[in-house]
Amino acid sequence: MSAIREDFREILSLVRPGARVLDVGCEDGELLELLTREKSVDGQGLEISPEGVSACLARGLAVVQGDGDRDLDHFPTRAFDYAILSKTLQQMREPRHVLSELLRIADQAVVSVPNFGHWKVRWALLSRGRMPETGALPEPWWSTPNIHLCTLRDFTTLCDDLDLRIDACMSLADGKPARSIDPRQPIENWRAETALFLLSRKVEGAVVAPAAKSDLFG
Amino acid sequence: MTAQASTTGGVETGGGTWRFSADQPLRLDSGAILLPLEIAYKTYGRLNDARTNAVLVCHALTGDQHLASTHPITGKPGWWDLYVGPGRPLDPERHFIICTNVVGGCMGTTGPASVDTKSGEAYGLKFPVITIADMVRAQAMLIDALGIECLFAAVGGSMGGMQVLQWAADYPDKLFSAVCIAGAARHSAQNIAFHEVGRQAIMADPNWCGGAYLAAGVRPDKGLAVARMAAHITYLSESALQRKFGRELQKDGLSWGFDADFQVESYLRHQGASFVDRFDANSYLYITRALDYFDLSAQYGGVLAQAFRKARHVKFCVLSFSSDWLYPTEESRDVVRALNGAGCRASFAEIETDKGHDAFFLADPQLDQTLRGFLAAQAQARGLG
Repeated sequence: MSAIREDFREILSLVRPGARVLDVGCEDGELLELLTREKSVDGQGLEISPEGVSACLARGLAVVQGDGDRDLDHFPTRAFDYAILSKTLQQMREPRHVLSELLRIADQAVVSVPNFGHWKVRWALLSRGRMPETGALPEPWWSTPNIHLCTLRDFTTLCDDLDLRIDACMSLADGKPARSIDPRQPIENWRAETALFLLSRKVEGAVVAPAAKSDLFG
Repeated sequence: MTAQASTTGGVETGGGTWRFSADQPLRLDSGAILLPLEIAYKTYGRLNDARTNAVLVCHALTGDQHLASTHPITGKPGWWDLYVGPGRPLDPERHFIICTNVVGGCMGTTGPASVDTKSGEAYGLKFPVITIADMVRAQAMLIDALGIECLFAAVGGSMGGMQVLQWAADYPDKLFSAVCIAGAARHSAQNIAFHEVGRQAIMADPNWCGGAYLAAGVRPDKGLAVARMAAHITYLSESALQRKFGRELQKDGLSWGFDADFQVESYLRHQGASFVDRFDANSYLYITRALDYFDLSAQYGGVLAQAFRKARHVKFCVLSFSSDWLYPTEESRDVVRALNGAGCRASFAEIETDKGHDAFFLADPQLDQTLRGFLAAQAQARGLG
């Protein structure tokens, strides 16, 4: 249990036992396996790489080889309790569409994004005048898969545009314990390196009442 | 019925021909009734006491029930020997594996070469047109007769995959999991076109005799061989053909005639010639017709997802091959989208290979691992240990 990634630990703590979970970009299925083992979820993965798909199948997980940008449309409305998109929204061709699709397919979405407003990013750009390379964004501009980076403020604005409610938000940083934050506080837009959001729809009865914060993050 | 049980190479095998009684006819989609019905089948392994470990393997167009044991005519190993056997993904030590010859076939199940009890002669073209759903209905009758309420898995490639999808649509309550390899939910125009070429080759052979060749004591071997040759090309890929044969010649130099100069010609001629020894021309007509008529969404208003709406408890595994141009990956993706749309749990992978549609019969580590992974997970869920 010691080797669980920080973001996985947080996701694990906020998913209800026995829930139906779609993990978009599930890679080798590590998170889904964890959720299946620890929370008995009914899981489904979506993964683009053949290696990832093979690894998931070898773990006995349900996984579809496919593309989060293209293949979400085929899932029925509210087919899942949670849709998880871990650190890949910024790699999507149409993040806005993907985000709204996640909350069509599932009652709640768990989405993590690197914060381009983090002070290290701002400092790198200001001081060196070059595209930042940080712990959360380690690759040079010419090979990064991140094509739609945003700041915390950008993300919360998009949530407002899409009429989404932020049920919880955590700041994640390598090696440090996760911290519950208010993502609308300007200071957090400097401090949070990566943010993990629990989102739900504001309208049409909001489907399920979000669990109390203490249940979400302990 | 006749049935034998024996042990071959440490594997308990069984099967024979199940003869259904006169009050159990096969009611066909066409409205016709097939009576009497006989189903030839093979089994490997032993049904457990809870009757929860039965796996039905559905064969492809020219396959038969000899899944993992020596073929009685060709003397070759079973067609899916690589994946069925001790230590293989389908293991007779854990699974009770059943394979039936399809209705319309020619290896013991009632087909156009069977004797029509009304006339005392072979059916020939008096045999009713059958469908994939008819094949599955007959299989379900056998499964019932064997006392199996629910299959642990239905597994099949190509036409076998289509039968698996039909199982999910027609008998979801009798199915725990389903594996569809290199299949499709309907036959495309190109698929139908190739089949039509094959059928016309058979019917153009003077020995076909309007389908009554058995009574005439001849066989349309030339036509059937050409049908097989044309079809065989569709089972491979351009790059596999190139890799295997290129422009290599049989002998030194060209013959300046129409002998099989090129190795690829010789290979195809061999494929055609050996096929006619084990297959009936009319069966080829009827089974290709069944495939052409196959469109699973048709009875659900064209909405494929509707076909799977009662199969939400079934775990699906859909696999395709990257170089398969007969049933391309996109066909499998359509199936997966429909399964997702119906709310079914499905796995899907496209296996990278240059071996074309036939990759399904060949040794492929990714196919092997995928089948193992999927079946192991389902076995655990089924409590098979």
